[in-house]
Amino acid sequence: MARIEAKDLRVEFPLYHLGARSLKKRLLARAAVRVRTDEANRVVVSALRDLNFRIESGERVALVGRNGAGKTTLLRSLAGIYEPVGGELRIEGSVGSLIDPAAGMDPDSTGRENVRLRALYRNLDLAGQAALEEEVTAFAGLGEFMDVPIKGYSAGMSIRLAFAIATAMQPQVLLMDEWFMAGDAAFMEKAEARLVNLISGADIMVIATHDMDIARRWCTRAIRLDAGRIVADGPVEPVISAMLSEVA
Amino acid sequence: MLAGPLLAPDTYAFNAAAPRRAELARADLRKGFASWRLAWALARLDLRNRYRGSVIGPFWMTLSTVLMMMGLGLLYSRLLGLSLGEYLPHLTVSLVVWNILAGMVTDACTSMTSAEGVIRQLRIPFTVHALRSVFRNGLTAAHSLPLIPLVFLLFGHLPGPEALLALVGIGLLLANAFFASILLGMLCARFRDIAPIVANVMQLAFFLTPILWKPELLKDLAVWLPLNPFYALLETIRGPLVEGGGQPLVWLAAILYTLALGAVSLAFFVRFRGRLAFWV
Repeated sequence: MARIEAKDLRVEFPLYHLGARSLKKRLLARAAVRVRTDEANRVVVSALRDLNFRIESGERVALVGRNGAGKTTLLRSLAGIYEPVGGELRIEGSVGSLIDPAAGMDPDSTGRENVRLRALYRNLDLAGQAALEEEVTAFAGLGEFMDVPIKGYSAGMSIRLAFAIATAMQPQVLLMDEWFMAGDAAFMEKAEARLVNLISGADIMVIATHDMDIARRWCTRAIRLDAGRIVADGPVEPVISAMLSEVA
Repeated sequence: MLAGPLLAPDTYAFNAAAPRRAELARADLRKGFASWRLAWALARLDLRNRYRGSVIGPFWMTLSTVLMMMGLGLLYSRLLGLSLGEYLPHLTVSLVVWNILAGMVTDACTSMTSAEGVIRQLRIPFTVHALRSVFRNGLTAAHSLPLIPLVFLLFGHLPGPEALLALVGIGLLLANAFFASILLGMLCARFRDIAPIVANVMQLAFFLTPILWKPELLKDLAVWLPLNPFYALLETIRGPLVEGGGQPLVWLAAILYTLALGAVSLAFFVRFRGRLAFWV
């Protein structure tokens, strides 16, 4: 059983390489709400502020909100990449993140080598590695290009491979940034069928999206973030319509 | 259901009020060493990619060492008034080991920043990145180490059984490379000025360490040499191979330096491991 629980979750982003003091001042003056200096006189952005939520098995959650509201940061925190500076976070279940599908790909290696590399990244045993390779080869449909360095791929081909690799392993908790939609029309149909499979196989999905249709179609719950805080949390329709009416 | 493999269940828990940093760091080290295969595969890729399209590939390092050895050997044996047979075994071991050591230190500076893309997307033990840097340099080193027996044979310099101690020296070097990859890798991610400082220090150290010259040339000042950590480490390999073992004091110094670097880098790792994703 998968479960996500956050208590007073707080994530701050230090901006280290702000050289000029003047730039620092300007930034601070303009965005006094979220950018501030901490005790050590560093400039920090409060990316997430005191989030409290609990996601149970079976829920499909849409993270909505404007650009910079903290959606991707929250996804990365859930993926265990950004360690919180305050509060508590607990994720039960295997996590699969489709934040950047191309992460960990080596452009100089062939498609097949990249699949093996990913199997190592995900700590799969030999059987798992073989299964992954077979599955990805079948799905990506790259034929002989599987043995060509991916540097030589067209944009569409690399997306197909990246997508195939990223979606081949079934996690219990699926984290997604935006909806992956790319490639030619025939591939998009296949891609959608595969995502449907992946989502139905997962116990929990959390997706950050700007596309309200996706939220309405796939999710059972929406969390709206604004300036790093949760401003609404509940069934999809009320949260979205409240947000849209506010923007309009 | 997908035909692909299932990911093993896992639990991630973090409480900022009680961060259990030491425990997390230990888990990172444990999992990192357990996935040495990944680090090894990545290191091999690094080497392949670095020398892609080159005909002799990593042997360029070997070749440049050979050239340096010949040029410096001829000149310095004259300057120092030593015969080639006396001087070249010393110079070969010193240059080969120094190139490995210097390569490991400079590479340690980018061990984390070069894995930026992965660090920000996947939760992989950071230990893997440090190991990758060690393996990468170890692989390069394996291409120039054969120069040592080659020169020994050419000049009829045959060390006794104490030469096996050099393996311990290599072990110390690898341990130091790992700790440096953690410490310098993290420091250089946080402070971008450290990498150039390190490069400068290494250049200076090349001349201050007895590589081109022999320690006995320092006469009464030679007792201070063990204060130079590079000398101590170098001597744990050169001593057994060239000087019939190396002094106990130097061995002690090398072990102490390794322990000190290990303690500092692990303490740093425990304290700042969680911040690394924000630094790179």
